[in-house]
Amino acid sequence: MPILYENRHLVAPGDLLAEGDFLAGFNAYRYESKIYASRLGLVEYRGRKVEVVALNTFYIPSSGDLVIGKIEELNLHGWTVNINSPYPAILRTSEALNRPFKPQRDELSEFLAIGDMILAKVISFDRTRDPNLTIREPDLGKIKQGQIVKVSPAKIPRIIGKKGSMINMLKKETNCNIIVGQNGLILISGRSRDEERTAILAIKKIEEEAHTPGLTDRIIAMVKKERGEISQ
Amino acid sequence: MTEKMVLINEEGIRTDGRKPSELRPIKLEVGILSNADGSAYIEQGKNKILAAVYGPREVHPRHMALPDKALLRCRYHMAPFSVEERKSPAPSRREMELSKVIREAFEPTIFLEKFPRTSIDLFIEVLQADGGTRCAGVTVASLALADAGIPMKDLIAACAAGKVGGKIVLDLNDIEDKEGEADVPVAYMPSFDAVSLLQMDGLLTGEEFQQALSLAIEGCRQIYILQKEALKAKYQAIKESVEVAEQE
Repeated sequence: MPILYENRHLVAPGDLLAEGDFLAGFNAYRYESKIYASRLGLVEYRGRKVEVVALNTFYIPSSGDLVIGKIEELNLHGWTVNINSPYPAILRTSEALNRPFKPQRDELSEFLAIGDMILAKVISFDRTRDPNLTIREPDLGKIKQGQIVKVSPAKIPRIIGKKGSMINMLKKETNCNIIVGQNGLILISGRSRDEERTAILAIKKIEEEAHTPGLTDRIIAMVKKERGEISQ
Repeated sequence: MTEKMVLINEEGIRTDGRKPSELRPIKLEVGILSNADGSAYIEQGKNKILAAVYGPREVHPRHMALPDKALLRCRYHMAPFSVEERKSPAPSRREMELSKVIREAFEPTIFLEKFPRTSIDLFIEVLQADGGTRCAGVTVASLALADAGIPMKDLIAACAAGKVGGKIVLDLNDIEDKEGEADVPVAYMPSFDAVSLLQMDGLLTGEEFQQALSLAIEGCRQIYILQKEALKAKYQAIKESVEVAEQE
């Protein structure tokens, strides 16, 4: 007996998804020869792989991820950063400065103070140690302007879309620069508040309706309508 | 001694008009608190219970953190106004016991080993009590955990059975619990046919216990269906409203 649901059907934890020669993907697990869902979400059958696109998750860091975080603490050799995850991230001075850091001479808060928002990349994370960040790459570092919106990290793939289709459309239609952190924080900077507001409304709508079909077309219509109102 | 109360009449109808193997009416709602990561609310007969989940998050105090898995903490608490006589808000011996057994009921279903060094905090607040609050608490907490996006092997449904007026009945209310002969609360994972909480208060013969257990499991299966409906309801509603808008 193979597949038990249609693609994109809503499933809950404990729902039996497939039986037999299958592999468990994200948010699914195998018990004996059966595949079950472990989170509420939409089921996807991709060949032998069965996975669930979750409707709500939290952010688990992974190396290479672009994240937006907030400086929470200053330590002797670096900063503790809140990246909207169960694990606090560490940004060491060697990953922030281009020159050697001397604690007796340098003052950490001159570079990044508590409350500052940063755009950073995760360089390492495993079960035993907290994630390490870096800002020693082009375009990373302190965020100086724009607005930040928070969404569930589960919706980030939908906001980006297939090969960036959704986010590229949003950037074009709203004239805003949008940077998506994998941890559910999104930086929006436009030339005017109205443009930023339109982008935020669109992102909130994507978050709410992420699991429905035909979303891109509805977002385009919504942004066009909002822009029509602004220009009048 | 005062005359014994009639808890079940000749036609087999109980004090609140139910048949012996009938559940109380259940209303479930998911995601009703905005400050918690996950939340749910249940009304089961006159029981009214809220559950909230935080986490996984950093453990405070730090020394409680476990290196190999997440720490699950549970607080079952009854509001001072939840019973007829004011209940002291301080945790009683009974509440501490229930917090422990509820926590242990959830430990096998949550993938705790996926999130080492974090804590998952579960709060069960009984606003109004009418018997069977530990079971209703487990039922609602399970939804709050799923709402928080915490990966689980299965939802847990819980329900009690017991012996009242010489008969085995399902889902005891407060009077039946106090005046009846026995009470058997059961928490159950239907996809695995596994029991994760089983207690007994009172006296039953071996045969009666078997009967009560299978009746309670039957009740859990009914509750499980309601739980899944409640969990999916919010998203199904958005999907339907979008589809309606599309057609217009």
